[in-house]
Order: sequence, then structure tokens, then C-alpha cells
Amino acid sequence: MFGSAIIVFRETLEAALLIGIIAAATRGLSGRNLWLAIGVGAGLAGSLVVAGLTETIADMAEGSGQELFNAAVLGIAVLMLGWHNIWMATHGREMAAQAKSVGNAVRSGQREMSAVAILIALAVLREGSETALFLYGLAASAGSSRASLLGGGLLGLAAGVAAGWALYSGLARIPLRHFFTVTSTLILFLAAGMAGQMARLLVQGDLLHAFSTPLWDSSSLLPMDSLLGNLLHLFAGYEARPSGMQVLFYVATFTIILAGMRWSRTRSPLRSPQTT
Amino acid sequence: MRALLFAALLFPLASTAADLELGLTIKDHRFTPAELKVPAGKKIKLVVSNQDSTPEEFESHELNREKVIAGNGKATIYVGPLTPGKYPFFGEFNEKTARGVIIAE
Repeated sequence: MFGSAIIVFRETLEAALLIGIIAAATRGLSGRNLWLAIGVGAGLAGSLVVAGLTETIADMAEGSGQELFNAAVLGIAVLMLGWHNIWMATHGREMAAQAKSVGNAVRSGQREMSAVAILIALAVLREGSETALFLYGLAASAGSSRASLLGGGLLGLAAGVAAGWALYSGLARIPLRHFFTVTSTLILFLAAGMAGQMARLLVQGDLLHAFSTPLWDSSSLLPMDSLLGNLLHLFAGYEARPSGMQVLFYVATFTIILAGMRWSRTRSPLRSPQTT
Repeated sequence: MRALLFAALLFPLASTAADLELGLTIKDHRFTPAELKVPAGKKIKLVVSNQDSTPEEFESHELNREKVIAGNGKATIYVGPLTPGKYPFFGEFNEKTARGVIIAE
């Protein structure tokens, strides 16, 4: 029971943390909860479809279909996160500076929120399809321990959701002055980490050159299965043995989004009254 | 636009074919062979066939690899080129029994 709880917890955690951060970052935008719910719902439905199609997807692209599919999901998520951060670089500051005129940003925020829904759906889809497969495997395997394993799975799911919720509540306590700096920094690292994962998958599927395997090995210093290693992996895309390509994707994504945020900030100064 | 440009730049870095192909079977939540000897410095195409009806996830921190394999399904995983050493792997969904190691020499 404990084992299945841990596996489901690990699969759920990544999506739950992302949702926690995004939910916090979009605080105050109208219809946010509805868009989040649409994202989660679409993601869960998609998970079941993808789980059912695992074999078909795996057989595509000469056996590298799964990598290609997941890399595409990650790629779109990175674009959405980048866009969110660049959008927030101006609107977030405005919202923080003049909390009462949020109504303006709210109207222009609807397009942004639909992007957020897609982002959440993709995060749920990626982790959810693996969880669905795992739980299906449990359900399919006969044995008296089945109920307890499934119970463990539910427990893990609940723990993952609780972790996402805890992060959200923690972020919501940050004073508005620092709030957008904190959330956009978190998102910047998340996006770079996802881009790194995307590169790892493309290398694993032999679709991209690895450059160097690994570029460095810090596994004796900070192993991936340690608590700190795991947390850094989740929040900042830490890898103990990254390939050169992975590091390249990471650094490039980080730089491009950061440059976009700077550009967006200088283009639309804080004092401009109309922001659309 | 920048992403496109980036993609175009990366195009020449597309990968070259693997040097050798190896098979790995999952049955009763165990890997056979549990120990794979491979030459160091070569890229390997690992074809994992899952003969169980339940899905499995091939995972290795040492190899930096992770892939779900459907029940009664097959999956291709590229590894290496590896420096000489031991690279343990396991099946995440049945971690107690599904264990193996790649030895590069």
C-alpha cells in the first residue's frame, strides 16, 4: 500500500505543484477557478485517452513516439509558461501597483487564462496518463492486496494534491509587492527545467544529439533520489547527470524568457494608463 | 521566431544511428537478462519488450532514462555512449523485483 502511495504521490506532485504556482500567479484574474477546473478536467480526460493509446503512441516514430509526444507536450507547456511570465512582467506589476484598477487587466486576462487552462491540462495530462497506467496495472493484477494497493494510490493522490495546495497557500501569503517576483522566478525555473526534460526525451528517443553524456556528474554530491535533489529537480529542473543538450535547452529557455520579461517591462512602462 | 531560429540551428545536431541493438525482456515483473554487458563508448539501442499484461516504467538515474512500457508492449530506449562502469536500472512500478544493471566495459 505504501509503495503504491509513493509512486502515485511522485507522479501527482509535479502537476500539483505547477497548478499551485499557476493558481497563485493568476490570483485576482476573473474566472480563474473556472479556467483552472477546465484545465484539470481536460487534462484528466486526456490522461485516460493517452493511457489507453500508450502502445499506439509508443510504436510511432520508430519506437520513439512516446518521447516525441511527451517532448511536444513539454514544449507547448514551456511556451505557455514563457508567455505567462512575459505577460505578467507588465500586468503583474500593474496589478500590484494599483490593486483597485485590476478590472482593466482582468478583461485583457481572459486570453491569458485560456492559455493557463491549456497549460494546466498539459501538466495533468503528462503526469496523469502515467498514473492512470500504473493504477490500471494494479487493478488488472489479481490478488487480495489489490484493494490496499488502490487505497494507497488514492492516498498518494491526496498527498500530492495537499502538497500543491500547501504551496498555493504559502505563496498566497507573500505580500503583493514581492508576490509577482516570487511566482515569476519560480515559473522561470520551472519552464527551464521542463525544456531540459524535453531535451532529455529527445535524446532518449535518439531524435537529438546528446552532445555529452553526461556533461557532469554531481550524483555523489547531490543525488537525484535525495530529498534536496528531488526538490531541486521538481522546482528548478536539477539533474545529477545531464546531457549537454539538456543543459543547452535549459540555459537557452531561461535566457529567452528572462530577456522577454525585460523587454516586456521596458516596452510597457508602469505609468501607462491603458494596458491591453 | 526565436524558437524557430533556435530549432533551425539545432537541425544539424540531429542524431546519428545507434551502434548496436540489445534486447531486454520483462516477465513476472523481472528483467531478463538482469545484467547486460555493453561496450563502452558506443550508442546502444535498447529494445525492451514487456511480456507482462501490466505496464512498467523503465527507469535509471545513472543512465538518466525513464520510459513507460505498455502491458504486452515494446519500447525503444537509446542509451550511451557510456563511460566504463555500472548503470543500474529498475522498473518503477515493481521496484522490488524489477531490477537490472548495464555494465559498460
